[in-house]
Amino acid sequence: MSALLIHAVKKSYGNLVALDGVSLQVEQGEFFGLLGPNGAGKTTLISSMAGLCTPDSGTIEVMGHDVQKDFRMARRQLGVVPQELVFDPFFTVRETLTFQSGYFGLNKNDDWIDEIMANLDLTNKANANMRSLSGGMKRRVLVAQALVHRPPVIILDEPTAGVDVELRQSLWQFISRLNQAGHTIVLTTHYLEEAESLCGRIAMLKQGRVVALDTTQNLLAKHRPPGMPPKLLGDDGAADLEAVFVKIMAESK
Amino acid sequence: MEQVKPLISVNALPEARIQSGFPALFRKEVRRFYSVAFQTVGAPILTAVLYLLIFGHVLANSPKIYGYEYASFLIPGLVMMSILQNAFANTSSSLIQSKITGNLVFVLLAPLSHIEFFAAYVGAAMIRGLSVGFGVFMVTIWFAKIPFAAPIWIFIFALLGSALLGSMGLIAGIWADKFDQLAASQNFIIMPATMLSGVFYSIHSLPAFWLTVSHFNPFFYMIDGFRYGFFGDSDVSPYHSLLVLLICMSLVSWLALSMLKKGYKLRH
Repeated sequence: MSALLIHAVKKSYGNLVALDGVSLQVEQGEFFGLLGPNGAGKTTLISSMAGLCTPDSGTIEVMGHDVQKDFRMARRQLGVVPQELVFDPFFTVRETLTFQSGYFGLNKNDDWIDEIMANLDLTNKANANMRSLSGGMKRRVLVAQALVHRPPVIILDEPTAGVDVELRQSLWQFISRLNQAGHTIVLTTHYLEEAESLCGRIAMLKQGRVVALDTTQNLLAKHRPPGMPPKLLGDDGAADLEAVFVKIMAESK
Repeated sequence: MEQVKPLISVNALPEARIQSGFPALFRKEVRRFYSVAFQTVGAPILTAVLYLLIFGHVLANSPKIYGYEYASFLIPGLVMMSILQNAFANTSSSLIQSKITGNLVFVLLAPLSHIEFFAAYVGAAMIRGLSVGFGVFMVTIWFAKIPFAAPIWIFIFALLGSALLGSMGLIAGIWADKFDQLAASQNFIIMPATMLSGVFYSIHSLPAFWLTVSHFNPFFYMIDGFRYGFFGDSDVSPYHSLLVLLICMSLVSWLALSMLKKGYKLRH
């Protein structure tokens, strides 16, 4: 059983085609990258997986559960870190996580909530109101909220946008440990060096279509742009992901 | 160096089961208004007391209604008006705030059914409406003699009225995209409908035309049935009022549940 099975998904908003027949398969335990320029359809695809939007056609399964027909089990298996920095100003960090856990029916989940907070350096902010937190701290809470129900599949939609080096390091350490424990990770990011170092496989989207899908190693090896200046070459002689990304985007129509 | 505790393998985690998220969402909605109770409960109580002091004083020499002084007649109406307006305000303001700030996404990502969503929001609205109503009653009861002729009707109409307005607030909160749209529905529909429902007068004192118009206002039946519980007397039969209320509740609940199930204006 695949962690994610996306088949011929189409979604339009009026005349704008956001997803144009996207098909993907992500296996359990993978660290998968979903890359593309702004407006490529990454967030629409994530929203479709999470049930935040309904595709016009096609199907999506999370751990074998259809996100429309069996939405409760599908959502139970999925943790999503949204791109926007959103929070509920009425509550503290601990209350936010406890309520989020409760929405998934997990009412005695304090041990795991404590562990998430410790791993994301949130313990000393547990009783602070969400309004009083810095942007970086709010981002940590967003990540923690996605993990409260221990989902086997975790989607991170640009989780490091605008955050400091310290958070990035602690976040990637924790996410890598979750991946080592068997959690499937899907990452979208504009920091391509992060995708290059973390993701085993990468899909590139452009104008709602998958224009490249391969292992990170193969992408780097196959798409080395001819005459690439040495500063854009990695230590192994292959082009780095940024150069590959630019080349693939330029070549695909 | 600090030892990093290994995480439990995904395969060793207990199998995922669907357990209801309703209690948590209900608690969250109650905590939301309770954390600002001064504004959500205290302020409406003060407003109702001011109505009583002003109208009770100005109309102190009015003819008796159902054999009681005007202030006695007014208090149950003020209590019910407070219940209805605050039940509506709770669901509508909570939803529009969550939509506009974007934090509704946390509820939408959870495996909550449309029925759990509806029950949690409307349940919390009922708690707020009834809390304000109880507060208004406890403060105003000292100003006039209030009978309790048929208390069961008081509970029935308070519960159903708060549920109906909570559901209407849910619809308004889903429909509105901006705060001013919500304010318009509150100021141009809910407020006039409650104020013109017989809170401050018996509709039998109205000219024939407005008496007829009042019978098309569902808020009139809620106020009138609620008042029957106190005085054992009302402008129309409490059974008639209950029937109107049940029909309205069925229609509004069906509409709210349909919107939630479809994800209207919540999911793209």
